[in-house]
Amino acid sequence: MTGIDVRKTVLEEINNVAPEVDLATVDPAADLREAIDIDSMDFLNLVTALHRRTSVEIPETDYPKLVTISGMIAYLEAKLG
Amino acid sequence: MAEFRMPSLGADMEAGTLVEWLVKPGDEVKRGDIIAVVETQKGAIEVETFQIGRIEKFLVDLNTKVPVGTPIAIIQTEGEQAAVPAEPSPSSELPVAPAPEPRPPPLLAVPPVPAVVRAPSPAHGIMPRPIASPAARQLAAQHNVDLSSLTGSGPNGAILAADVERRLGPTAPSPERKRATGLDLAAMRTAIAAAMARSKREIPHYYLEHQIDVSHTEQWLAERNATLPPDSRLLMGALALKAVALAIRRFPAFNGFYRDNRFESSTAVHVGVAISIRGGGLAAPALRDTDQLSLDELMHGMRDLVQRTRAGRIRSSEISDSTVTVSSLGERGVEALYGVIYPPQVAIVGFGKVVTRPWVVDGAIGPRSVITITLAADHRVSDGHAGALFLAEIGKLLQEPEKL
Repeated sequence: MTGIDVRKTVLEEINNVAPEVDLATVDPAADLREAIDIDSMDFLNLVTALHRRTSVEIPETDYPKLVTISGMIAYLEAKLG
Repeated sequence: MAEFRMPSLGADMEAGTLVEWLVKPGDEVKRGDIIAVVETQKGAIEVETFQIGRIEKFLVDLNTKVPVGTPIAIIQTEGEQAAVPAEPSPSSELPVAPAPEPRPPPLLAVPPVPAVVRAPSPAHGIMPRPIASPAARQLAAQHNVDLSSLTGSGPNGAILAADVERRLGPTAPSPERKRATGLDLAAMRTAIAAAMARSKREIPHYYLEHQIDVSHTEQWLAERNATLPPDSRLLMGALALKAVALAIRRFPAFNGFYRDNRFESSTAVHVGVAISIRGGGLAAPALRDTDQLSLDELMHGMRDLVQRTRAGRIRSSEISDSTVTVSSLGERGVEALYGVIYPPQVAIVGFGKVVTRPWVVDGAIGPRSVITITLAADHRVSDGHAGALFLAEIGKLLQEPEKL
Protein backbone atom coordinates (compact mmCIF):
# COMPACT_ATOMS: atom_id res chain seq x y z
CA MET A 1 0.00 0.00 0.00
CA THR A 2 1.06 3.54 -0.62
CA GLY A 3 -0.11 4.92 2.67
CA ILE A 4 -2.68 7.17 1.01
CA ASP A 5 -6.04 7.14 2.76
CA VAL A 6 -8.08 6.97 -0.41
CA ARG A 7 -11.48 7.45 1.19
CA LYS A 8 -10.33 10.51 3.09
CA THR A 9 -8.66 11.98 -0.01
CA VAL A 10 -11.73 11.46 -2.16
CA LEU A 11 -14.07 13.00 0.40
CA GLU A 12 -11.77 15.98 0.94
CA GLU A 13 -11.54 16.72 -2.75
CA ILE A 14 -15.27 16.35 -3.31
CA ASN A 15 -15.72 18.74 -0.43
CA ASN A 16 -13.44 21.26 -2.14
CA VAL A 17 -15.64 21.17 -5.21
CA ALA A 18 -18.94 21.24 -3.31
CA PRO A 19 -18.15 22.78 0.08
CA GLU A 20 -21.74 23.22 1.19
CA VAL A 21 -22.70 19.55 0.77
CA ASP A 22 -22.76 17.26 3.81
CA LEU A 23 -21.17 14.19 2.27
CA ALA A 24 -22.46 11.97 5.06
CA THR A 25 -25.91 12.44 3.53
CA VAL A 26 -24.82 11.45 0.01
CA ASP A 27 -25.48 7.87 -1.10
CA PRO A 28 -22.04 6.47 -2.02
CA ALA A 29 -23.66 4.73 -4.99
CA ALA A 30 -25.39 7.85 -6.32
CA ASP A 31 -24.23 9.58 -9.50
CA LEU A 32 -22.39 12.60 -8.12
CA ARG A 33 -23.31 14.78 -11.04
CA GLU A 34 -26.94 14.60 -10.02
CA ALA A 35 -26.51 14.01 -6.29
CA ILE A 36 -24.41 17.07 -5.59
CA ASP A 37 -24.85 19.04 -8.80
CA ILE A 38 -21.37 19.03 -10.23
CA ASP A 39 -20.77 20.02 -13.83
CA SER A 40 -18.07 19.08 -16.34
CA MET A 41 -15.73 21.76 -15.04
CA ASP A 42 -16.20 20.66 -11.40
CA PHE A 43 -15.61 17.05 -12.41
CA LEU A 44 -12.44 17.95 -14.29
CA ASN A 45 -11.22 19.91 -11.26
CA LEU A 46 -11.96 16.92 -9.06
CA VAL A 47 -10.09 14.54 -11.35
CA THR A 48 -7.19 17.01 -11.54
CA ALA A 49 -7.00 17.16 -7.75
CA LEU A 50 -7.20 13.37 -7.33
CA HIS A 51 -4.48 12.94 -9.93
CA ARG A 52 -2.29 15.46 -8.11
CA ARG A 53 -2.74 13.77 -4.76
CA THR A 54 -2.52 10.12 -5.79
CA SER A 55 -0.50 10.28 -9.05
CA VAL A 56 -3.04 7.92 -10.61
CA GLU A 57 -3.40 8.75 -14.33
CA ILE A 58 -7.23 8.68 -14.58
CA PRO A 59 -7.71 8.80 -18.37
CA GLU A 60 -11.00 10.19 -19.69
CA THR A 61 -12.08 6.73 -20.79
CA ASP A 62 -12.21 5.75 -17.10
CA TYR A 63 -14.49 8.65 -16.13
CA PRO A 64 -17.61 6.42 -16.12
CA LYS A 65 -16.05 4.43 -13.26
CA LEU A 66 -15.68 7.59 -11.23
CA VAL A 67 -19.20 8.97 -11.14
CA THR A 68 -20.01 7.71 -7.64
CA ILE A 69 -18.15 8.08 -4.35
CA SER A 70 -17.80 4.32 -3.93
CA GLY A 71 -16.71 3.93 -7.57
CA MET A 72 -14.08 6.61 -7.15
CA ILE A 73 -12.67 4.97 -4.01
CA ALA A 74 -12.69 1.49 -5.57
CA TYR A 75 -11.00 2.79 -8.75
CA LEU A 76 -8.20 4.57 -6.94
CA GLU A 77 -7.64 1.74 -4.46
CA ALA A 78 -7.33 -0.73 -7.33
CA LYS A 79 -4.83 1.51 -9.12
CA LEU A 80 -2.81 2.13 -5.97
CA GLY A 81 -3.00 -1.40 -4.66
CA MET B 1 -5.44 65.21 -11.29
CA ALA B 2 -8.02 62.56 -11.91
CA GLU B 3 -10.92 61.42 -9.84
CA PHE B 4 -11.28 57.70 -9.52
CA ARG B 5 -14.99 57.00 -9.35
CA MET B 6 -17.11 54.12 -8.19
CA PRO B 7 -17.36 52.22 -11.48
CA SER B 8 -20.54 50.92 -13.01
CA LEU B 9 -20.05 47.17 -13.10
CA GLY B 10 -22.96 46.30 -15.27
CA ALA B 11 -26.23 47.89 -16.26
CA ASP B 12 -27.93 46.82 -13.07
CA MET B 13 -25.49 48.29 -10.59
CA GLU B 14 -26.56 51.35 -8.64
CA ALA B 15 -24.10 51.45 -5.80
CA GLY B 16 -21.09 49.65 -4.41
CA THR B 17 -19.50 49.25 -1.02
CA LEU B 18 -15.80 49.88 -0.76
CA VAL B 19 -14.45 46.97 1.28
CA GLU B 20 -10.71 47.02 0.70
CA TRP B 21 -8.00 49.28 -0.66
CA LEU B 22 -5.17 47.36 -2.32
CA VAL B 23 -3.02 50.48 -2.64
CA LYS B 24 -2.15 53.30 -0.28
CA PRO B 25 -1.67 57.01 -0.83
CA GLY B 26 1.67 57.60 -2.51
CA ASP B 27 1.61 54.34 -4.48
CA GLU B 28 2.30 54.53 -8.18
CA VAL B 29 -0.41 52.95 -10.30
CA LYS B 30 -0.69 52.13 -13.95
CA ARG B 31 -3.47 51.20 -16.25
CA GLY B 32 -4.98 47.84 -15.29
CA ASP B 33 -3.74 47.81 -11.71
CA ILE B 34 -6.24 46.51 -9.21
CA ILE B 35 -6.63 49.20 -6.61
CA ALA B 36 -9.68 48.30 -4.57
CA VAL B 37 -12.26 45.66 -3.83
CA VAL B 38 -15.87 46.71 -4.12
CA GLU B 39 -18.76 44.68 -2.84
CA THR B 40 -21.68 44.67 -5.24
CA GLN B 41 -24.71 42.54 -5.78
CA LYS B 42 -22.48 40.33 -7.90
CA GLY B 43 -20.08 39.72 -5.07
CA ALA B 44 -16.72 41.26 -4.31
CA ILE B 45 -15.17 42.71 -7.43
CA GLU B 46 -11.60 43.80 -7.90
CA VAL B 47 -11.60 47.25 -9.40
CA GLU B 48 -8.92 48.33 -11.84
CA THR B 49 -7.77 51.83 -12.66
CA PHE B 50 -7.34 53.21 -16.13
CA GLN B 51 -5.13 56.08 -15.01
CA ILE B 52 -1.39 56.26 -14.78
CA GLY B 53 -0.16 58.21 -11.80
CA ARG B 54 0.14 58.25 -8.07
CA ILE B 55 -2.61 57.72 -5.53
CA GLU B 56 -3.04 61.07 -3.86
CA LYS B 57 -5.79 60.37 -1.37
CA PHE B 58 -8.86 58.35 -0.64
CA LEU B 59 -12.21 60.08 -0.49
CA VAL B 60 -14.37 57.31 0.90
CA ASP B 61 -14.07 55.25 4.06
CA LEU B 62 -13.97 51.49 4.02
CA ASN B 63 -17.35 49.79 4.28
CA THR B 64 -19.12 52.80 2.90
CA LYS B 65 -21.73 52.29 0.23
CA VAL B 66 -21.74 54.97 -2.44
CA PRO B 67 -23.64 55.43 -5.69
CA VAL B 68 -22.01 54.66 -9.02
CA GLY B 69 -20.04 57.68 -10.22
CA THR B 70 -19.01 58.90 -6.78
CA PRO B 71 -15.34 59.93 -6.66
CA ILE B 72 -13.60 57.52 -4.29
CA ALA B 73 -9.97 58.48 -4.75
CA ILE B 74 -7.80 61.15 -6.29
CA ILE B 75 -5.04 60.04 -8.61
CA GLN B 76 -2.34 62.52 -9.43
CA THR B 77 -1.58 61.92 -13.04
CA GLU B 78 1.89 62.10 -14.50
CA GLY B 79 3.65 65.41 -14.76
CA GLU B 80 1.42 67.18 -12.30
CA GLN B 81 2.41 69.16 -9.31
CA ALA B 82 0.92 68.15 -6.03
CA ALA B 83 -2.71 68.98 -6.17
CA VAL B 84 -3.95 71.97 -4.29
CA PRO B 85 -6.37 71.34 -1.47
CA ALA B 86 -9.84 70.97 -2.79
CA GLU B 87 -11.19 73.73 -0.65
CA PRO B 88 -9.53 76.43 1.33
CA SER B 89 -10.50 75.96 4.87
CA PRO B 90 -10.10 77.80 8.12
CA SER B 91 -8.24 74.92 9.62
CA SER B 92 -5.20 74.79 7.41
CA GLU B 93 -4.63 71.04 7.54
CA LEU B 94 -7.29 68.59 6.56
CA PRO B 95 -5.28 65.44 6.31
CA VAL B 96 -8.09 62.97 6.13
CA ALA B 97 -10.68 64.54 3.99
CA PRO B 98 -11.40 67.75 2.28
CA ALA B 99 -14.86 69.12 2.73
CA PRO B 100 -17.06 66.97 0.58
CA GLU B 101 -17.51 68.29 -2.88
CA PRO B 102 -20.97 68.00 -4.24
CA ARG B 103 -21.09 64.58 -5.76
CA PRO B 104 -22.67 63.92 -9.09
CA PRO B 105 -26.21 62.77 -8.75
CA PRO B 106 -26.58 59.02 -8.87
CA LEU B 107 -26.72 57.89 -12.46
CA LEU B 108 -29.63 55.64 -11.80
CA ALA B 109 -32.75 55.95 -9.78
CA VAL B 110 -33.04 54.74 -6.21
CA PRO B 111 -29.96 56.13 -4.59
CA PRO B 112 -29.20 53.77 -1.74
CA VAL B 113 -27.94 56.63 0.36
CA PRO B 114 -29.27 60.14 0.24
CA ALA B 115 -27.26 62.38 -2.02
CA VAL B 116 -24.61 63.98 0.05
CA VAL B 117 -25.75 66.65 2.36
CA ARG B 118 -23.30 69.46 2.36
CA ALA B 119 -23.94 70.31 5.92
CA PRO B 120 -24.44 74.02 6.18
CA SER B 121 -22.09 74.96 8.89
CA PRO B 122 -23.47 77.87 10.85
CA ALA B 123 -20.37 77.75 12.96
CA HIS B 124 -18.20 78.30 9.92
CA GLY B 125 -15.81 81.12 10.66
CA ILE B 126 -16.70 81.17 14.30
CA MET B 127 -15.21 77.88 15.35
CA PRO B 128 -13.06 75.49 13.37
CA ARG B 129 -14.98 73.00 11.37
CA PRO B 130 -14.48 69.50 12.77
CA ILE B 131 -12.23 67.28 10.72
CA ALA B 132 -14.27 64.36 9.49
CA SER B 133 -14.33 61.92 6.64
CA PRO B 134 -17.05 62.27 4.01
CA ALA B 135 -18.65 59.05 5.20
CA ALA B 136 -18.73 60.31 8.76
CA ARG B 137 -20.33 63.56 7.63
CA GLN B 138 -22.87 61.71 5.63
CA LEU B 139 -23.79 59.36 8.43
CA ALA B 140 -23.91 62.21 10.92
CA ALA B 141 -26.18 64.22 8.64
CA GLN B 142 -28.50 61.25 8.21
CA HIS B 143 -28.91 60.91 11.93
CA ASN B 144 -28.69 64.58 12.92
CA VAL B 145 -25.55 64.07 14.92
CA ASP B 146 -23.52 67.17 15.64
CA LEU B 147 -20.01 66.37 14.50
CA SER B 148 -18.44 68.86 16.88
CA SER B 149 -19.81 66.83 19.77
CA LEU B 150 -17.75 63.79 18.75
CA THR B 151 -14.19 62.79 19.45
CA GLY B 152 -12.46 61.50 16.39
CA SER B 153 -10.33 58.38 16.39
CA GLY B 154 -8.73 58.96 12.99
CA PRO B 155 -5.44 60.66 12.15
CA ASN B 156 -5.17 64.09 13.81
CA GLY B 157 -8.40 63.42 15.61
CA ALA B 158 -10.43 63.16 12.43
CA ILE B 159 -13.93 61.84 12.93
CA LEU B 160 -14.54 58.59 11.11
CA ALA B 161 -17.78 56.87 10.26
CA ALA B 162 -17.06 54.42 13.07
CA ASP B 163 -17.04 57.27 15.58
CA VAL B 164 -20.48 58.37 14.45
CA GLU B 165 -21.69 54.79 14.62
CA ARG B 166 -20.47 54.51 18.18
CA ARG B 167 -22.48 57.58 19.10
CA LEU B 168 -25.53 56.16 17.42
CA GLY B 169 -25.25 53.04 19.51
CA PRO B 170 -25.84 49.41 18.74
CA THR B 171 -29.33 49.94 17.36
CA ALA B 172 -28.15 52.21 14.59
CA PRO B 173 -28.40 50.78 11.13
CA SER B 174 -24.74 50.37 10.27
CA PRO B 175 -23.69 50.80 6.70
CA GLU B 176 -23.59 47.47 4.95
CA ARG B 177 -20.76 45.59 6.51
CA LYS B 178 -20.48 42.14 5.13
CA ARG B 179 -17.51 39.92 4.74
CA ALA B 180 -14.97 41.34 2.38
CA THR B 181 -15.23 38.51 -0.07
CA GLY B 182 -17.71 35.88 -0.99
CA LEU B 183 -21.08 35.99 -2.57
CA ASP B 184 -24.43 37.18 -1.40
CA LEU B 185 -26.80 34.99 -3.38
CA ALA B 186 -29.90 36.97 -2.43
CA ALA B 187 -28.30 40.18 -3.69
CA MET B 188 -27.13 38.37 -6.78
CA ARG B 189 -30.67 37.21 -7.43
CA THR B 190 -31.86 40.81 -7.17
CA ALA B 191 -29.21 41.88 -9.68
CA ILE B 192 -30.17 39.09 -12.09
CA ALA B 193 -33.82 40.02 -11.73
CA ALA B 194 -33.12 43.67 -12.53
CA ALA B 195 -30.97 42.90 -15.57
CA MET B 196 -33.24 40.22 -16.99
CA ALA B 197 -36.43 42.22 -16.44
CA ARG B 198 -34.83 45.15 -18.23
CA SER B 199 -33.72 42.85 -21.04
CA LYS B 200 -37.19 41.43 -21.59
CA ARG B 201 -38.76 44.88 -21.30
CA GLU B 202 -36.43 46.62 -23.74
CA ILE B 203 -34.93 44.07 -26.09
CA PRO B 204 -37.05 42.52 -28.84
CA HIS B 205 -35.46 39.07 -28.82
CA TYR B 206 -35.62 36.66 -31.69
CA TYR B 207 -34.50 33.06 -31.40
CA LEU B 208 -32.87 30.56 -33.72
CA GLU B 209 -31.63 27.05 -33.23
CA HIS B 210 -29.28 24.80 -35.12
CA GLN B 211 -28.44 21.14 -34.57
CA ILE B 212 -25.09 19.86 -35.65
CA ASP B 213 -23.25 16.55 -35.61
CA VAL B 214 -20.23 16.87 -33.31
CA SER B 215 -19.11 13.23 -33.42
CA HIS B 216 -15.85 14.19 -35.10
CA THR B 217 -15.29 16.99 -32.59
CA GLU B 218 -15.83 14.59 -29.68
CA GLN B 219 -13.46 12.08 -31.18
CA TRP B 220 -10.81 14.74 -31.79
CA LEU B 221 -11.21 15.90 -28.20
CA ALA B 222 -10.97 12.37 -26.80
CA GLU B 223 -7.81 11.63 -28.81
CA ARG B 224 -6.20 14.88 -27.77
CA ASN B 225 -7.07 14.49 -24.09
CA ALA B 226 -6.04 10.81 -23.97
CA THR B 227 -2.35 11.68 -23.79
CA LEU B 228 -2.67 14.63 -21.45
CA PRO B 229 -2.76 14.94 -17.66
CA PRO B 230 -6.10 16.17 -16.27
CA ASP B 231 -5.03 19.78 -15.88
CA SER B 232 -4.22 20.05 -19.58
CA ARG B 233 -7.44 18.48 -20.87
CA LEU B 234 -9.94 20.49 -22.84
CA LEU B 235 -13.69 20.56 -22.44
CA MET B 236 -16.19 20.88 -25.29
CA GLY B 237 -17.20 24.18 -23.67
CA ALA B 238 -13.79 25.67 -24.50
CA LEU B 239 -14.19 24.71 -28.17
CA ALA B 240 -17.66 26.23 -28.17
CA LEU B 241 -16.34 29.53 -26.81
CA LYS B 242 -13.61 29.67 -29.41
CA ALA B 243 -16.02 28.86 -32.24
CA VAL B 244 -18.29 31.73 -31.18
CA ALA B 245 -15.36 34.13 -30.77
CA LEU B 246 -14.03 33.35 -34.25
CA ALA B 247 -17.43 33.40 -35.94
CA ILE B 248 -18.46 36.71 -34.42
CA ARG B 249 -15.54 38.53 -36.02
CA ARG B 250 -17.35 38.08 -39.32
CA PHE B 251 -20.71 39.05 -37.81
CA PRO B 252 -20.16 42.31 -35.95
CA ALA B 253 -23.90 42.93 -35.56
CA PHE B 254 -23.87 40.46 -32.66
CA ASN B 255 -20.82 41.80 -30.88
CA GLY B 256 -21.10 45.07 -28.95
CA PHE B 257 -23.43 47.28 -27.01
CA TYR B 258 -26.81 48.88 -27.61
CA ARG B 259 -26.85 52.15 -25.70
CA ASP B 260 -28.71 55.44 -26.04
CA ASN B 261 -30.81 54.11 -28.88
CA ARG B 262 -27.92 53.06 -31.04
CA PHE B 263 -25.73 50.04 -31.52
CA GLU B 264 -22.00 50.27 -31.31
CA SER B 265 -20.18 47.18 -32.47
CA SER B 266 -16.96 46.20 -30.76
CA THR B 267 -13.78 45.28 -32.58
CA ALA B 268 -12.53 43.42 -29.52
CA VAL B 269 -14.21 40.09 -28.76
CA HIS B 270 -14.71 39.58 -25.04
CA VAL B 271 -16.98 36.59 -24.60
CA GLY B 272 -18.93 36.56 -21.35
CA VAL B 273 -18.95 33.05 -19.93
CA ALA B 274 -22.19 32.21 -18.11
CA ILE B 275 -21.14 30.55 -14.87
CA SER B 276 -23.65 29.05 -12.49
CA ILE B 277 -23.00 29.51 -8.82
CA ARG B 278 -23.72 26.66 -6.44
CA GLY B 279 -26.81 27.38 -4.43
CA GLY B 280 -28.48 29.35 -7.20
CA GLY B 281 -26.65 32.24 -8.78
CA LEU B 282 -25.32 33.24 -12.15
CA ALA B 283 -22.59 35.51 -13.44
CA ALA B 284 -21.13 36.02 -16.90
CA PRO B 285 -17.67 37.54 -16.59
CA ALA B 286 -15.66 38.19 -19.73
CA LEU B 287 -12.83 36.11 -21.04
CA ARG B 288 -11.00 39.00 -22.63
CA ASP B 289 -9.89 38.82 -26.27
CA THR B 290 -11.34 35.35 -26.55
CA ASP B 291 -10.68 35.19 -30.27
CA GLN B 292 -6.94 35.74 -29.75
CA LEU B 293 -6.48 32.88 -27.28
CA SER B 294 -5.21 29.44 -28.15
CA LEU B 295 -7.44 26.60 -26.99
CA ASP B 296 -5.10 25.88 -24.09
CA GLU B 297 -5.04 29.52 -23.02
CA LEU B 298 -8.79 29.69 -23.38
CA MET B 299 -9.33 26.58 -21.28
CA HIS B 300 -6.94 27.86 -18.64
CA GLY B 301 -8.70 31.24 -18.62
CA MET B 302 -12.08 29.58 -18.34
CA ARG B 303 -11.00 27.44 -15.38
CA ASP B 304 -9.55 30.46 -13.66
CA LEU B 305 -12.69 32.50 -14.31
CA VAL B 306 -14.99 29.79 -12.99
CA GLN B 307 -12.89 29.37 -9.88
CA ARG B 308 -12.67 33.08 -9.13
CA THR B 309 -16.32 33.70 -9.88
CA ARG B 310 -17.41 30.98 -7.51
CA ALA B 311 -15.04 32.31 -4.86
CA GLY B 312 -16.47 35.78 -5.38
CA ARG B 313 -13.35 37.37 -6.85
CA ILE B 314 -13.93 38.85 -10.24
CA ARG B 315 -12.41 41.98 -11.71
CA SER B 316 -14.30 45.08 -12.72
CA SER B 317 -13.27 44.84 -16.37
CA GLU B 318 -14.49 41.24 -16.50
CA ILE B 319 -17.95 42.34 -15.39
CA SER B 320 -18.44 45.30 -17.67
CA ASP B 321 -16.51 44.32 -20.79
CA SER B 322 -18.36 41.30 -22.17
CA THR B 323 -19.38 42.02 -25.75
CA VAL B 324 -21.50 38.86 -26.16
CA THR B 325 -22.42 35.99 -23.85
CA VAL B 326 -22.13 32.23 -24.22
CA SER B 327 -24.09 29.87 -22.01
CA SER B 328 -23.14 26.22 -22.14
CA LEU B 329 -24.97 23.45 -20.31
CA GLY B 330 -22.06 21.05 -20.41
CA GLU B 331 -22.78 17.37 -20.26
CA ARG B 332 -25.84 17.53 -18.08
CA GLY B 333 -29.21 19.13 -18.36
CA VAL B 334 -31.22 19.40 -21.54
CA GLU B 335 -30.72 19.64 -25.26
CA ALA B 336 -31.31 23.33 -25.78
CA LEU B 337 -31.38 26.57 -23.87
CA TYR B 338 -32.80 29.88 -25.01
CA GLY B 339 -30.91 32.69 -23.38
CA VAL B 340 -32.00 36.12 -22.25
CA ILE B 341 -29.65 38.83 -23.54
CA TYR B 342 -27.62 40.65 -20.91
CA PRO B 343 -28.03 44.37 -21.61
CA PRO B 344 -26.43 46.32 -23.16
CA GLN B 345 -25.19 43.33 -25.18
CA VAL B 346 -27.18 42.25 -28.21
CA ALA B 347 -26.77 38.48 -28.39
CA ILE B 348 -26.40 35.32 -26.35
CA VAL B 349 -25.40 31.95 -27.77
CA GLY B 350 -26.50 28.76 -26.01
CA PHE B 351 -25.07 25.26 -26.20
CA GLY B 352 -27.15 22.33 -24.98
CA LYS B 353 -25.72 19.05 -23.84
CA VAL B 354 -24.39 16.62 -26.41
CA VAL B 355 -26.87 13.79 -27.04
CA THR B 356 -26.76 10.65 -29.16
CA ARG B 357 -29.38 10.79 -31.92
CA PRO B 358 -30.19 8.90 -35.12
CA TRP B 359 -28.64 10.96 -37.89
CA VAL B 360 -28.30 10.64 -41.62
CA VAL B 361 -24.73 10.46 -42.84
CA ASP B 362 -24.02 9.65 -46.49
CA GLY B 363 -27.56 8.38 -47.01
CA ALA B 364 -27.56 6.00 -44.05
CA ILE B 365 -28.98 6.43 -40.58
CA GLY B 366 -26.63 5.93 -37.69
CA PRO B 367 -26.10 7.05 -34.11
CA ARG B 368 -24.26 10.36 -33.92
CA SER B 369 -23.39 12.89 -31.22
CA VAL B 370 -25.54 15.96 -31.73
CA ILE B 371 -25.47 19.36 -30.08
CA THR B 372 -28.11 22.09 -30.32
CA ILE B 373 -26.78 25.63 -30.63
CA THR B 374 -29.19 28.50 -30.09
CA LEU B 375 -29.03 32.22 -30.62
CA ALA B 376 -31.09 34.90 -28.95
CA ALA B 377 -30.39 38.23 -30.60
CA ASP B 378 -31.63 41.81 -30.54
CA HIS B 379 -34.00 42.59 -33.40
CA ARG B 380 -33.22 46.29 -33.15
CA VAL B 381 -29.75 45.46 -34.43
CA SER B 382 -29.98 42.34 -36.59
CA ASP B 383 -32.45 40.10 -38.36
CA GLY B 384 -33.02 36.38 -38.45
CA HIS B 385 -31.22 36.07 -41.76
CA ALA B 386 -27.94 37.38 -40.38
CA GLY B 387 -28.53 35.40 -37.21
CA ALA B 388 -28.91 32.20 -39.19
CA LEU B 389 -25.64 32.79 -41.04
CA PHE B 390 -23.89 33.54 -37.75
CA LEU B 391 -25.22 30.40 -36.11
CA ALA B 392 -24.32 28.26 -39.13
CA GLU B 393 -20.78 29.64 -39.05
CA ILE B 394 -20.44 28.72 -35.35
CA GLY B 395 -21.61 25.19 -36.17
CA LYS B 396 -19.18 24.87 -39.06
CA LEU B 397 -16.24 26.00 -36.90
CA LEU B 398 -17.18 23.65 -34.07
CA GLN B 399 -17.10 20.76 -36.53
CA GLU B 400 -13.51 21.56 -37.43
CA PRO B 401 -11.79 21.55 -34.04
CA GLU B 402 -8.33 21.25 -35.55
CA LYS B 403 -8.76 24.76 -36.95
CA LEU B 404 -9.90 26.35 -33.71
